[in-house]
Amino acid sequence: MEPAAALLGLLLLVPALAERATAPVRDSLREELLLSPLPSGDLAATFQFRTRWDSDLQREGVSHYRLFPKALGQLISKYSVRELHLSLTQGFWRTRSWGQPYLQAPAGAELWVWFQDSVADVNKAWKDLSNILSGIFCASLNFIDSTNTVIPTASFKPLGLANVTDHHFLRYAVLPREVVCTENLTPWKKLLPCSSKAGLAVLLKAERLFHSSYHSQAVHIRPICRDAACLSASWELRQTLTVVFDSFASGQGKKDWSLLKIFSRTLTEACPLASQSKIYVDISSKGQVGGKDTEQYVNDAQLHFSLTAESVYDLLDPGLFNASRSLNVLLKWKRPQDSLAMVAPVLHAQRYVSGYGLQTGEISTVVYNTHPYRAFPVLLLETVPWYLRLYIHTLTIITKGKENKPSYIHYQPAQDRRRPHLLEMLIQLPANSVTKITIQFERVLLKWTEYTPDPNHGFYVSPSVLSALVPSVTAMEEEDEEQSPLFASLFPSFDGSSYFVRLYTEPLLVNLPTPDFSMPYNVICLTCTVVAVCYGSFYNLLTRTFHVEEPSQGGLAKRLANVIRKLRGVPLL
Amino acid sequence: MAASADAMDAAEKARGKYAALSFATIAVVVGLPLWWKTTETNRASLPYSEIANLDTLLFQLTVPISVVFAKGTLLGDQERKLPFKEDQEAETPLNPKTSVTAHYQISYRRATPQEEQVLSQVSGQGTGEVALPAQEAPAGSLTIYVIPSSSRLLPQETTMYVGKRRSAVIRAPQGAADVLAAMGAQIQQVTRVMSFSAESITGALSDRMPILQPGTEWKRPFKSSLAVRRYVEPLLGKLRVVAEISVDSQILYYAALGVVPRFDAPSSSFILSAHSLPHVINPVEARLGSSAASLYPVLNFLLYIPERSHSPLYIQDKDGAAVPTNAFHSPRWGGIMVYSIEPEAANETSFPRRVDVDMGRVMEVFLAQLRLLFGILPVPLPEGALLESFGNEGLSAWELDRLLWTRTVENVATVATTLTSLAQLLEKISNIVIQDDVASQVFRAVESAQKALQDLGMGHLESAFQASKEAIMSSERAFFDPSLLHLLYFPDDQKFAIYIPLALPMAVPILLSLAKIVREARQKKKAEKEATKTD
Repeated sequence: MEPAAALLGLLLLVPALAERATAPVRDSLREELLLSPLPSGDLAATFQFRTRWDSDLQREGVSHYRLFPKALGQLISKYSVRELHLSLTQGFWRTRSWGQPYLQAPAGAELWVWFQDSVADVNKAWKDLSNILSGIFCASLNFIDSTNTVIPTASFKPLGLANVTDHHFLRYAVLPREVVCTENLTPWKKLLPCSSKAGLAVLLKAERLFHSSYHSQAVHIRPICRDAACLSASWELRQTLTVVFDSFASGQGKKDWSLLKIFSRTLTEACPLASQSKIYVDISSKGQVGGKDTEQYVNDAQLHFSLTAESVYDLLDPGLFNASRSLNVLLKWKRPQDSLAMVAPVLHAQRYVSGYGLQTGEISTVVYNTHPYRAFPVLLLETVPWYLRLYIHTLTIITKGKENKPSYIHYQPAQDRRRPHLLEMLIQLPANSVTKITIQFERVLLKWTEYTPDPNHGFYVSPSVLSALVPSVTAMEEEDEEQSPLFASLFPSFDGSSYFVRLYTEPLLVNLPTPDFSMPYNVICLTCTVVAVCYGSFYNLLTRTFHVEEPSQGGLAKRLANVIRKLRGVPLL
Repeated sequence: MAASADAMDAAEKARGKYAALSFATIAVVVGLPLWWKTTETNRASLPYSEIANLDTLLFQLTVPISVVFAKGTLLGDQERKLPFKEDQEAETPLNPKTSVTAHYQISYRRATPQEEQVLSQVSGQGTGEVALPAQEAPAGSLTIYVIPSSSRLLPQETTMYVGKRRSAVIRAPQGAADVLAAMGAQIQQVTRVMSFSAESITGALSDRMPILQPGTEWKRPFKSSLAVRRYVEPLLGKLRVVAEISVDSQILYYAALGVVPRFDAPSSSFILSAHSLPHVINPVEARLGSSAASLYPVLNFLLYIPERSHSPLYIQDKDGAAVPTNAFHSPRWGGIMVYSIEPEAANETSFPRRVDVDMGRVMEVFLAQLRLLFGILPVPLPEGALLESFGNEGLSAWELDRLLWTRTVENVATVATTLTSLAQLLEKISNIVIQDDVASQVFRAVESAQKALQDLGMGHLESAFQASKEAIMSSERAFFDPSLLHLLYFPDDQKFAIYIPLALPMAVPILLSLAKIVREARQKKKAEKEATKTD
């Protein structure tokens, strides 16, 4: 008999009957939606659902889950996970035209996990964990193996409470090929305590969410301080979903939008389990960017826009809902707006592959610092699959025509079919500069079984990751994390003058020399034909019997000749 | 000249014939084995004969029973015979290939002084609590104490008392001359209750789970609002021998049943009929997420509090009567209990309403369901028998033994079926690869199954169960090994596409010349025959 796991699920149901205010509440839920019109006319909607649980999950024994989903809780305790970050993204966040994102994710699937230092075999735990996550989220995370897993030394620090930063307990993998669709959204929604029956999650309607230019859903689990004294830890589960709607195209050239128009739903009530349920609308003056110098850094200020009364809607306030018990947020412009010239964000980057032919190529990453007077360092992480052989001696970093020497460099060469290249560099970006990082590579001829089913589509190279502390213009005051809106509190803020940004560049699509896949059969056929021809003549030669032919009466030609000779009266042959 | 030419011709012909023959020989001697060897599916040798032997399962289940007589039970001459041993056998043939033989090794002996002391006590009147001699009997064995008919250890009307460990007390029949002979029937009754019975073993062998609506035979006073662990953990502790079990609980809000309950006007309540219950599970299952996080089987016990617009909600069975526990269970999945809340009084309209769940009532149902799901069925007790209360363990030692007996037999039977079907599959489908590690799993499964059978025969229940567990693990692992399927879908037309370009041009000339040689030889024989005829 297999070891059995018995589980006790207690289903308590109904908004009206829900038991609230019992005992001390050990878990809490906060939900928020941030609607920010983008300069290009698009609209970004960022949902955040934060479940906080004052419990020590690593303990043995019976666990009683309330708001925190049991599937993830069991995972954390079974594999001794310290921190887990998973994102599934369709599309690419265009930093140049949309500004800096609150939380960007690379196209495809990204998973990074910090394990507890008690884990003996991190690789095995990582493999099992990714397999189970692929089951929970219906994603192909089971394709994560040693050929796409790296151990970054500096780029991915724990976001939560941690005193161990030995990077051997960290694993990072990106699957750029992964396609995200409804089947990934449904399990994600099911993790929410109110499911999609009440609160902000009502708006999560798959057919609208995937009719968008960018869709990114993520799960972040991390330990956080339980209180200000920080003597014990709580677990935080953050479920985020960012969607960019092309409201300009769908709204017949108007930039007006409303909840009903973009989600085809309106809000009816707050999730009764939530202790906070708010909608923020970003009405900072981005739309009116003129020629004034002071508004040049609007995009960085976007992260910390002032929360004026009219931009915040608290769903727990019963007066917010009208008589018909529904809430629709609507934004109308007074006069038709033209698409405004966008001021580039302080830090942005792009990446492309260059070179010609199928043998060698070059990966170029261009990083921009548009800050007029402040230089800052950026940490660049490149993961390149083994089938592109990087030549590290060709690595050049050029800023303003001069070579820029990285202050920290960590390079781990690839091993064929075993691990990818890992390149991490700390590069100083001078003020108002463009830095170009190039590295040459050679393409590998794969074994014919290693090609993907559609090899002529090309092979994806995961995006490079830029982590930086970007200097901000507006001074920020230190806020209590529990009070500040959720979108501002995932990354730690270091001091008032700078904030942390993690950007991802485009994934690359590289063509590898692709063989003709019918070739093995052709070769077999050709070889067999050659063998058969040689063999046939050889066989013929050896088995044929030669014997002397007796001259016979002669053939038709001879008889004909004799007839003619008879007629002519010449002696016969 | 002509003669020499003829001779040369004949020699030439013979040479051609030999050349053709040698080609054919090389093709057959070298070519065929080479082709066979290189295209063979890798198949490690398996113990086919032993698997075939396992197919006919003759279980012999040995139960060591010791019957202990208290002083004054037996008459003088009978008492002098003690201690002695006796074997009883009962065979239950199930089908031509399976039979179960119950082998009772009964040893009779006198009570030791300590036991005597305990047995001679007087029971607390009315409480039903009877102190039994402490003993450490191995799993599967039984101890039966026989007390004189006048003993006051048991309450007056009770003739039989089944303890929670592996012991029982029988009152000797009154006034019987031959107590030993009269005891026989009673001992059998006790063993049927406390050890396996033919029915339970047959049930295990037909490989099914009993599907019953729990009618809760359990009536024990529960204090309300006790913690989950108080009820569940003692039972799980008992079952730890059988399985590793972990328990988690989760509250899910906004759960939907997937079935709209019917409103029943007379009772002003909502009703779920029995035939719609299967549709209840699926929508809930999706939110449980338990199958993803664990590779092991999961039992779900759900307490469902219906929403206000559907309260109170009752489950109706097939006959239209309300199920008293308002719960149902599904084999290998778990149980669901509907906890209906009476509609609030008119003046009580503040929301959210506080709901106190009577966990005692709920856990009572869940524990009964868990026992059913594990296959621990309530045993019909003979007249005048008394059961010792299990305490908070929820399971007595002999119940666990019953479970072990049936589980062991079921495991061995499953192993036999799995291995037999694997052997049959291998016989039928030539494309299945058997790698060395799969083969070693099969060997281990066969070995463990044999050991389990042997241990059952010797009455070592615990080790038999462990061996059967090992056997079933290895056999399942072998049967479901993905490497078995590596070549299963290699299509035959592709093989032909590869073989024909080479094999056809080579085979055709060889076959043609062989045919020619045969034809010539035949003609030659005919000619010789005719030549002899003309002579």
